[in-house]
Amino acid sequence: MSDPVPLRTDAVQVASATPPAPGRSRRLSDRGLAVAFISPALLLLLAMSVFPLLWALYLSFTDYSATRGGPAHFIGFGNYTAILKSAQVHQRALTTLIYVVGAVGLQTVLGFAIAYLISRRTHGRGLLTTLFLVPMMLSPVVVGLFWRFMLDAQFGVINSMLGSLGLGQVEWLTRQRTALISLIVVDTWQWTPFIMLIALAGLTAVPKYLYEAASIDRASEWFRFRTITLPLVWPLLLIAVLFRAIEAFRLFDLVYILTSGGPGVSTETLSFHVYKVAFLGFNTGTASAYGILMVLVVIVLTQLYLRYLNKLKEG
Amino acid sequence: MAVSVDEAVSTGPARDHTPPARRVGGRGRSVLEIALLTVLAVVMLFPVLWMIETSIKENRDVYAIPAEFFGFKVTMDHFKDVFVASGGGRSALSVSFLNSVVVAGASTVLATTLGVPAAWAYSRFAVKAKKDQLFFILSTRFMPPVVVVIPIFLMYRQVGLIDSKLGLILIYAAYNLPFTIWMMKGFVDEVPAEYEDAAMLDGYTRLQAFWRFTLPLLVPGIAATAVFALIFSWNEFVFAIFLTSSDNVRTAPPAIAGLIGGTTVDWGLVAAASVVFALPVLVFAYLVRKHLVAGVTLGAVRR
Repeated sequence: MSDPVPLRTDAVQVASATPPAPGRSRRLSDRGLAVAFISPALLLLLAMSVFPLLWALYLSFTDYSATRGGPAHFIGFGNYTAILKSAQVHQRALTTLIYVVGAVGLQTVLGFAIAYLISRRTHGRGLLTTLFLVPMMLSPVVVGLFWRFMLDAQFGVINSMLGSLGLGQVEWLTRQRTALISLIVVDTWQWTPFIMLIALAGLTAVPKYLYEAASIDRASEWFRFRTITLPLVWPLLLIAVLFRAIEAFRLFDLVYILTSGGPGVSTETLSFHVYKVAFLGFNTGTASAYGILMVLVVIVLTQLYLRYLNKLKEG
Repeated sequence: MAVSVDEAVSTGPARDHTPPARRVGGRGRSVLEIALLTVLAVVMLFPVLWMIETSIKENRDVYAIPAEFFGFKVTMDHFKDVFVASGGGRSALSVSFLNSVVVAGASTVLATTLGVPAAWAYSRFAVKAKKDQLFFILSTRFMPPVVVVIPIFLMYRQVGLIDSKLGLILIYAAYNLPFTIWMMKGFVDEVPAEYEDAAMLDGYTRLQAFWRFTLPLLVPGIAATAVFALIFSWNEFVFAIFLTSSDNVRTAPPAIAGLIGGTTVDWGLVAAASVVFALPVLVFAYLVRKHLVAGVTLGAVRR
């Protein structure tokens, strides 16, 4: 073990007082076992998650470019001030905000509504739940490609259906305003099941006797929903919403496949912009600073998430 | 807070009597609710059905205007194209599927081998700042992949792991490890520590007690956790597209996405490849349906 000398004296003292205590030596080997079992996992995380982030942190203070090569020059907070002042970045931040709020908001309302409807059914719950969950299990690549096909202005099935209803054609992915809406719709389609699943878990955990007591008191349905259902499901729902918000903030693949940020820059989220700066502009230093700023946002959101998670576990 | 997943996805009829809500709401409302649920289910499932339909249509039916929902000629040509190259032999897509199997499989094995003992140790021992460590582990999973991939790309270029399966396996294992530890800790917590204590009274060491008594009880949990890790690696796209480029290393997601690169897109082939790609995920997800809540929240929410 790490500190054998003091431990041995310990053991001697114990031995002099009482018969050899097996508990003592067992606890010592336990500590070794814990270290031996935990450290490989932590090492992998340090090598693949922490070290890269530290490297990015270092690069963010330099003008390093991955293609130009050559030594990196230290430029202090230059990258950070450039990014924080850039009007381009402000616009991407706004796009991301609209996207996150729009998509997560829609998912929450729809997901909770579906969960509520399912929880009121007595038959076929399992089948319904399974069917609703399918979109969530698909890869973003499959989802993105497929919606791109369905939303195609010429031969897409959505426009074809609109046409047979006598409605006009919509250029879903090639018009500035509709492209962001399409992105929100597709993300909502994929992730509504997530909120639904968690809301359903919360709803089925509400004790039945509460409703029975309320119905004896002839409480209105809305009153029951507001005073029993919502307060009991809310903590769990909040965790689901925060989880989705973090995921939506980091989203890259769906944008990449569905619109590639276009038309123009109308669907360029922060994630996508970082990619462009790093892999198309090759400004590795700037991109790293950009990324570190994004990581800071994620850390704040994650802290919030973990705090609520902790509350839920203890409460 | 009790969150029973079994109950949320149980198939049997509810054990208790009709909830009071139905009595108050009456029949008309119940019909309305069923209608609403049906409409929502159709909307949610339509894209999936459309994908399957497209994959078995002939090309001219795929681009038909207005869209054909029924009565088209069924063909399996697109599925053949997924696996067989136009000149005979294996197609690039089928190679990428094989790569996906290798990468997802190996990374899952690695994440499980590292994650299960760690989860057990976190569950059983008084580790210093245990909660902080666990929260730190989970938060690594939330890092934006586009940001992480920049230094990983440079790092891999330095050590020659760029465009290699080993590189992908390592990053996927690290990506799945937080999930594995959190998910498995939940399962280990459910096995009473007294079993190990009893075994140790019988003269087994702690390690033997874990190996011979706890581990066998954990097998169903390990299987469920591994299945989720498998799904996550199988579906992953961002690392795959930035860290690999050649056909014999590339996994299926970037390969399928590559199908729309050209000027004309063979949507029938895209649909067939997507169906082949998504089918195992749906089967696996069905197998672990009891653990879905824990699985999709990375093991954070359970009971």
